[in-house]
Amino acid sequence: MTYKERIDGRKFDETRPIEAKVGVIKRADGSAMFKIGNTWAYAAVYGPRNLHPKFLQNPEKGLLRCSYNMMPFSSTGDRVRPGGSRRSKEISLVTQKSLNPVLNLEEYPNSVVDVFIELPQTEAGSRCAGICAASMALADAGLDMKDLVCAVSVGRVDDKLLVDLDYSEESYEDGPVADVPIAFMPNINKISLLQMDGEVKKEELMKLIEMGKKACMKIYEIQKKALKDKYKVEV
Amino acid sequence: MERELRSHIIKLLNADTRLDGRKLTDYRKPIELEYGVTKTAEGSARVKIGETEVMVGVKLTTGEPYPDTPDQGTIIVGAELLPMSNPEFEPGPPGIQAIELARVVDRGIRESKALDFKKLCIKPEEKIWMVIIDICPINDAGNLFDASSLAALAALKDAKYPGFDGEKVDYKKKTDKKLELEKLPIAVTVIKIGDKFIVDPDTEEEEAIDGRLTVSSMEDGSLCALQKGGDTPLTEEEISKMLDIGIEKGKELRKKL
Repeated sequence: MTYKERIDGRKFDETRPIEAKVGVIKRADGSAMFKIGNTWAYAAVYGPRNLHPKFLQNPEKGLLRCSYNMMPFSSTGDRVRPGGSRRSKEISLVTQKSLNPVLNLEEYPNSVVDVFIELPQTEAGSRCAGICAASMALADAGLDMKDLVCAVSVGRVDDKLLVDLDYSEESYEDGPVADVPIAFMPNINKISLLQMDGEVKKEELMKLIEMGKKACMKIYEIQKKALKDKYKVEV
Repeated sequence: MERELRSHIIKLLNADTRLDGRKLTDYRKPIELEYGVTKTAEGSARVKIGETEVMVGVKLTTGEPYPDTPDQGTIIVGAELLPMSNPEFEPGPPGIQAIELARVVDRGIRESKALDFKKLCIKPEEKIWMVIIDICPINDAGNLFDASSLAALAALKDAKYPGFDGEKVDYKKKTDKKLELEKLPIAVTVIKIGDKFIVDPDTEEEEAIDGRLTVSSMEDGSLCALQKGGDTPLTEEEISKMLDIGIEKGKELRKKL
């Protein structure tokens, strides 16, 4: 049996419906929310602000700190225990690595830029949603940036290559599956997040990255629109 | 806090107004309540009071009863002061502020008997439902106590049991069976600054708090939980006044449910 049609009826290169908005957390210096299907991420940026403890300060450039956290009720199954897991720490790390290249941190010596990503509801693709929200929040905070970061997961289900796997596709059991989250910077034209688990051939992976870049360009337009919409004046 | 700001706040209060032009016992507007905001929880709600925004999710799971209450289920309330919601909050395990918030919300629900714990019993001495209530502030612009209490109650009101075959919980199967709420306890935190009483402090007013009394009351005006905070002791006369305000404003908030 092959995977002929996607369970939710999407085209193979189609993402789930996306909703994006900036300025959603008033106390933060910059903030955004990004929803893709049933996955929902908030991101808040605080900074550049003083970095403590002092020995972490770097007179050459600022530090970007990222924290990815699932709210306790954000998973369909059991409650997620608060306090961070090995998984959330790793995702925080790869998120930081994916966002770092677009920031001009030399502008903020001795300072820290904190990014807090919180997920009230998840169903596959949460790290990518978090990165999309975070990059918009950084822009909303008015930081000096070279580009936005757009992220999506691509993958293989059985013999099909597809964009933005949902939970039923990630856990497909009648054939091999590969899940490849990527982050792409549209203007720099480089990839800043690449992970993969599953089975895939090199040619397929290169094709997947190509599909992912295309999907990221659509996400880029949504992110830009959300950033501009904040300043739209109702006539 | 800056002494100038505090004396300015007090000067305004003496003239019966506040920094944002509100009357002393006015909540910020609008107060918005939305049910079922996150689908992964068995029940959820979001409350906005002015710019303050709190999300609460309820997860239902099974467990063993406590030995002293073999025929009763239980609730667990957790609060995380997310660093996303306030520049002062830091990541890490819940601090004393978060623990107090969770316990104040817990007591309001527990002591009012809003949930009949006996109805949460599946099999005495063996299996019970545990109702886990998690409080997540999205934006803390003051008065997390009242916003969290209201959102917790609303999330309970929204909650439906997941599928259960007598042994295991199946979270993918939702049922239509609701958690039954017996009572609607509402928490109102009355603040004393100088010799004036206010409700619903914003961030700046919170810094100027002398005394604080969280009053949880029911539909009939009876009290079910109290928590005094702040550094200043209160006289009986002051307590009496604060209780009156708490009960009166509770009626107003209850209408939002």
